[in-house]
Amino acid sequence: MDFAEVSNTAMVMAAVVYLFAAIAHAGEWSAAQGLDQRERRTSPARELVGAGGPGVVEHPDAADPKVERAWLRVEKLGRSGVALTVVAFAVHAVAVVTRGLAADRFPWGNMYEFVSTSLLFVVAVHLVLVLRAGQRWLGLLTTMLATVGLGLAVTVFYVDVAPLVPSLHSTWFLFHIVAAAVSGAAFNVGALASILYLVKARAERRGEVRGYLARLPSAKAIDLLAYRAHAFAFPLWTFTIAAGAIWAQYAWGRFWGWDPKETMSLVTWVLYAVYLHARATAGWRGTGAAVIALVGVVAYWFNFIGINLLVSGLHSYAGI
Amino acid sequence: MSRDTAAPVDRTDTTDAVEADAVGGISAPQQGDPAPTGARALRPVEWLRWLWTNLTSMRTALALLLLLAIAAVPGALLPQRPTQPFEVSSWIEQNPTLGRFYDSIGFFDVYSAPWFAAIYLLLFISLIGCIVPRTRVYLRALRARPPRTPRNLGRLPAAATATADEAVADVLERARVELRRQRFRVDVREDSVAAERGYLREAGNLVFHLSLVVLLVGLAWGALAGYRANVVVPVGQGFANTITSYDDITSGGRFDPESLAPFALTVDRFTAEFETGPVQQGAARVFEADLTVTEEPGAAPYPFRLEVNKPLAVGGTDVHLIQHGYAPRVTVTDGDGNTSFSGVVPFLPQDGNFTSAGAIKAWDSRPEQLAFQGFFLPTAVVDEQGPRSVFPDAFEPQLFLNAWYGPPREENGVPENVYSLDVTGLTQITSADGDPFRIRLEPGQTVELPDGRGSITMDGWERWVKLQISRTPGLGLTLGAVVAAVTGLCLSLFVRPRRIWVRARREDGRTLVEVGGLDRADARTGLDEQVDELAGTLGTREDEASRQAQGAGRGTTGDESSPRRAEEHDGGRDDGGERD
Repeated sequence: MDFAEVSNTAMVMAAVVYLFAAIAHAGEWSAAQGLDQRERRTSPARELVGAGGPGVVEHPDAADPKVERAWLRVEKLGRSGVALTVVAFAVHAVAVVTRGLAADRFPWGNMYEFVSTSLLFVVAVHLVLVLRAGQRWLGLLTTMLATVGLGLAVTVFYVDVAPLVPSLHSTWFLFHIVAAAVSGAAFNVGALASILYLVKARAERRGEVRGYLARLPSAKAIDLLAYRAHAFAFPLWTFTIAAGAIWAQYAWGRFWGWDPKETMSLVTWVLYAVYLHARATAGWRGTGAAVIALVGVVAYWFNFIGINLLVSGLHSYAGI
Repeated sequence: MSRDTAAPVDRTDTTDAVEADAVGGISAPQQGDPAPTGARALRPVEWLRWLWTNLTSMRTALALLLLLAIAAVPGALLPQRPTQPFEVSSWIEQNPTLGRFYDSIGFFDVYSAPWFAAIYLLLFISLIGCIVPRTRVYLRALRARPPRTPRNLGRLPAAATATADEAVADVLERARVELRRQRFRVDVREDSVAAERGYLREAGNLVFHLSLVVLLVGLAWGALAGYRANVVVPVGQGFANTITSYDDITSGGRFDPESLAPFALTVDRFTAEFETGPVQQGAARVFEADLTVTEEPGAAPYPFRLEVNKPLAVGGTDVHLIQHGYAPRVTVTDGDGNTSFSGVVPFLPQDGNFTSAGAIKAWDSRPEQLAFQGFFLPTAVVDEQGPRSVFPDAFEPQLFLNAWYGPPREENGVPENVYSLDVTGLTQITSADGDPFRIRLEPGQTVELPDGRGSITMDGWERWVKLQISRTPGLGLTLGAVVAAVTGLCLSLFVRPRRIWVRARREDGRTLVEVGGLDRADARTGLDEQVDELAGTLGTREDEASRQAQGAGRGTTGDESSPRRAEEHDGGRDDGGERD
């Protein structure tokens, strides 16, 4: 078996294991269904750190053995989700690395490679949150995103290993693509957090914070995480566009030509600029900003998939 | 945020603008009085002021940004005239009604449309209207001393106390030295020390927004004074940089044709390699053009290898390799037996496998003029789909042509398309059965035309390269603006302004030291630690419990900005939360 085959097998395996992890996390959420958990006194972070370690977590309802058992089940499912995610991440990393070895270059040459690498970054961010900050609550959405994304990658975007076309032979290619992948990962993490923010904020407004939602940090804390992800990603995305423009100046003699890809990345940039401003403006803060963040991530994905597959432009050189 | 003209009452004074949100959305301090109320019609000045206040408000900026994002989208989805004129025509042909409607509102040239320009110009005016006042406020804040010490430090988001044996002045002096060491701006008052840091946040914010304006200026300069021209040069031939030798040119209004760099170059060789393996078959692998460049008349020529990402720069002018193609080398013999044309004729590639279309015009042929039109196929295959090329490299080069003849015409000087033939006044040569006479040539072959009208020989083929010659003045300015923008953005997002106060007083023969801290932006980490540490440095910590101050909140300080309690999630971000 050569590197390419190892990579392909590992990529499919990773997608499947992510699916199992998503199922475990979904089980975690549904097991918490109907468990009316009173607002915790302890900070969510501290409590979940405890959850990551050995021993049973103390719950307010610990007195009731039935409720305690139910929470134990939630806990078990959540931990299996994390464990499965770690396994899938390892396999995923192997798949990406062997893909690079097979192609004898960095694995960012086409949509398949870009999406699999970006998702690796997304899951890495999630795992850092789990292992360092004990924040497990992004698990369901992250593993779902990884499953769907890798599924799309291996079924729709897949191309065999091949060298790069001459226009990609540039140092700026490296900067441009790495920055795009990392900022893309951060935008996606931010979007997942924004989704949870919307759900949680709605529940808080209605005063019905039940089940798994009660285990999430407060809407404000989720919003802060979303903001941080976006604040990290935005300058990097600015750099991505700038690096792309510099590269375009070398390759095509013009740094900006309103190519569909360039245009949509500018649109994405503007949308995230709106998000950052909206977060600080009355009437837009909170729900409005979160919705704009989601529109931003849709623009990001459309730029990535829609523009490559539907519109012909200068970025459509790699087949898919 | 302070740009909310809808809530001018919330504003207290202009310093609020400085401590604006975390992003640093730009904001104009309130320019004047709230809009007059009552039935009286607005005087022109008032009306202008109202307009200005609204234009520079954050809400308007947000709306304009959103509008810009939406307005740019059609240009990404529809073909655009400047880059894809043929696609635009065929789009309109396929959807006549919608196409004409789109065309009338400029959807096929979005980025030069007046409404698009209106959006970004308004946005930039709004931007300038914010930067200027905010810069003033910032400069004032830079000169100002750190804010007065609040009366009750225990009510700040982070607070700690300690006791020391030294005199008040000594403790304060040590606090000053320590805070200076931590790069705070420090102001010593009679019984307290006030310190602030993180001024770079607003500076970064202003730099970022200002760079956007500079960027626009750089873009405009480049567009006005720059030019971009294309020229097709067959291998073996040369090119001198004069405006007449360009195939086409686009230039700005301030472009001076006299200013062209006087260089010349020869294309000695062009190497193109394509993937022959099973994966991505036909994909480009190598493009290299070997040039000989003479920078100016009389200068020593030097060789240069031009590649896709490696342009040639000569005297402020860039030469890029942007396309390549095939040019059959043909010789036409006319009815009189004379050679009426001999040379290479560039054909234009029509698809990824370089099925190339072109025309060969032997206007010097006598007694009748001869002309040919057809296809050059680098790897020719003839099957039920007709003749076509199946690979971009020249493995089986063939020329497929039809021929026309006509009476000699006067040269009228009207420019004609070199890649296609205008058959007006010409008659197509037919074979005996009345079908068009079809010519199929391989290198070295000759075909005689019927009725002794002459012959055509394919001597071989050559490659040609399309060079783009361009000059973009202001490139340095544009690049500088982008670098400044990214730097400013990072500062405005990651610098965390913080204020720390230390108060000391004698009590029961010892010095009681109080330390309080306030984060003025999203700076969740480290405030408590820093305050504790400082208290520990200045004296002996006595009360761990006082760490988490449970103050009532705002309005307890003499400072303009009310220190806020940490939020439940201890974010305590200064996102302007109290101002709306």
